Amino acid sequence: MTDVLIIGAGPAGLSAAIACAENGLRVKILDEFVKPGGRLLGQLHQEPDGKWWNGIEEASALHERAMSLGVELVLGASVFAVRRKEHGWQAESTKGVHQARVLLLATGAAEWPVPIPGWTLPGVMSIGAAQVMTNVHRVRVGRRGVIIGINLLAAAIARELQLAGIELAAMVLPLRSTATGESANPMHVMKSLSHIAPLAPSAWIRTAGKLLKYPAFRQLGVRFFPRGGVRIWGIPVHLRKCAVEIYGTSQVKGVRIADVTPDGRVVPGSDKDVPADFVCIAGGLYPLAELAAVAGCPLMPVPELGGFVPVHNETMQTPLPGLYVAGNITGIENARIAMAQGTVAGLSISLDNGKGGAGMRERLEQAVDHVRRLRESAPIRFHPRVSEGRAKMAEAWRQRQADQGAST
Amino acid sequence: MNGRIDRHPILGPLPPRKQIRFQFDDRTYLGYEGETIAAALLANGVRALRRHEASGTPRGIYCNIGHCFECRVTVDGKDNIRACLTPIRDGMVVRSGRKLPAPFVVGGDSL
Repeated sequence: MTDVLIIGAGPAGLSAAIACAENGLRVKILDEFVKPGGRLLGQLHQEPDGKWWNGIEEASALHERAMSLGVELVLGASVFAVRRKEHGWQAESTKGVHQARVLLLATGAAEWPVPIPGWTLPGVMSIGAAQVMTNVHRVRVGRRGVIIGINLLAAAIARELQLAGIELAAMVLPLRSTATGESANPMHVMKSLSHIAPLAPSAWIRTAGKLLKYPAFRQLGVRFFPRGGVRIWGIPVHLRKCAVEIYGTSQVKGVRIADVTPDGRVVPGSDKDVPADFVCIAGGLYPLAELAAVAGCPLMPVPELGGFVPVHNETMQTPLPGLYVAGNITGIENARIAMAQGTVAGLSISLDNGKGGAGMRERLEQAVDHVRRLRESAPIRFHPRVSEGRAKMAEAWRQRQADQGAST
Repeated sequence: MNGRIDRHPILGPLPPRKQIRFQFDDRTYLGYEGETIAAALLANGVRALRRHEASGTPRGIYCNIGHCFECRVTVDGKDNIRACLTPIRDGMVVRSGRKLPAPFVVGGDSL
């Protein structure tokens, strides 16, 4: 029988599998995609030291290591239910029912959808879809595109599309609505531009990035934002323009773009058509935590971590016996941190199952420290206050333990 | 039409793969072993994968990783298969989703 069942063969799931298998546990991973690696697969960017981070190579190194340790991998398996059994956990999937003593959820993240008139037309896709099509499947998403949404993920993937020879006409804000909220507000997005600064080779953003932490400069920045946009890798980024509508009949023909006021209201009569054969919607990421909810694990809203997150501690335990979490399901951060969290989960599971001998507790503590150090030294962050979010979760865990101690 | 990114400045050239044939709505297309239905069709210039069951408007991929179910098609007679997660096989028969009859809706299509 399998000791540890892992859902998700991304950076966290594979790293956890390796740590578990190295300590003598029998591991099985389920993943619904056609290849192992999760969203690591599409990643391709230059690090501050000039080296390329190639997610395909990172994924294949993890995959090979896991295979060499005898980890069982089932691809194309969508898990739709998990439940607690007498001696562990059960996952029901499109490729059978799987049981194990321990269950680790490493399901990663999903993208916030951003409804905009015309967004159901063929040719409109999430920014992550374009990344996968381009870097994983190596198929062109189109000739000329528009990105709706200005954020870190959009900027990173815009560069990847450009590397593959795909032209980007513009990056603009979404139309302001109850669904788009702050992501359609130039003032708010201006603030977040400062976090893109280390990634974006734009003189304007780099200079402005330093000043943007001061609210007064943000106002000035929005007011005096260049009419023609700011260029990142030659792509015009428009903080004062929004996508009003995506037009076309059988597929995308273009995007109607209008000027917006500093707080995101459309300036009447300012709209213009920008021809494009594809559109990417970049709404940002949220932790994909449904299976934790299905399992009966309590969830907590932590905006700094990207949404609702399963309650967990620093060693990746949840309040439910034998249920662990790792990676972006615990909060939106980069793939290196997901890998380090996976290692923590694997060591934590090993320790809880009597593996690894006397030094295990110390190794686990070192692995937890490693996650913290990676977080502190991360050159770019999906959420600038992620450490605060982590602290909130740690406090919630302590409070929970104290309450339980008091009630027993 | 070849919509594939054969050469890439960082990822290098595409490795050689076995070419296979599959059908989509009565037309035969060429794809490569291991490709998803969605990727193989897009490489052939096909963006619309189905018609919305009620409105009849065209739909293609949205998330491309299995979350949104926008790309559901019929594969070898089986309905609601996600084109973005399903690899093509030699001789596979894929059909796009169609607008469904709505006999009880005023002005709706009959059976």
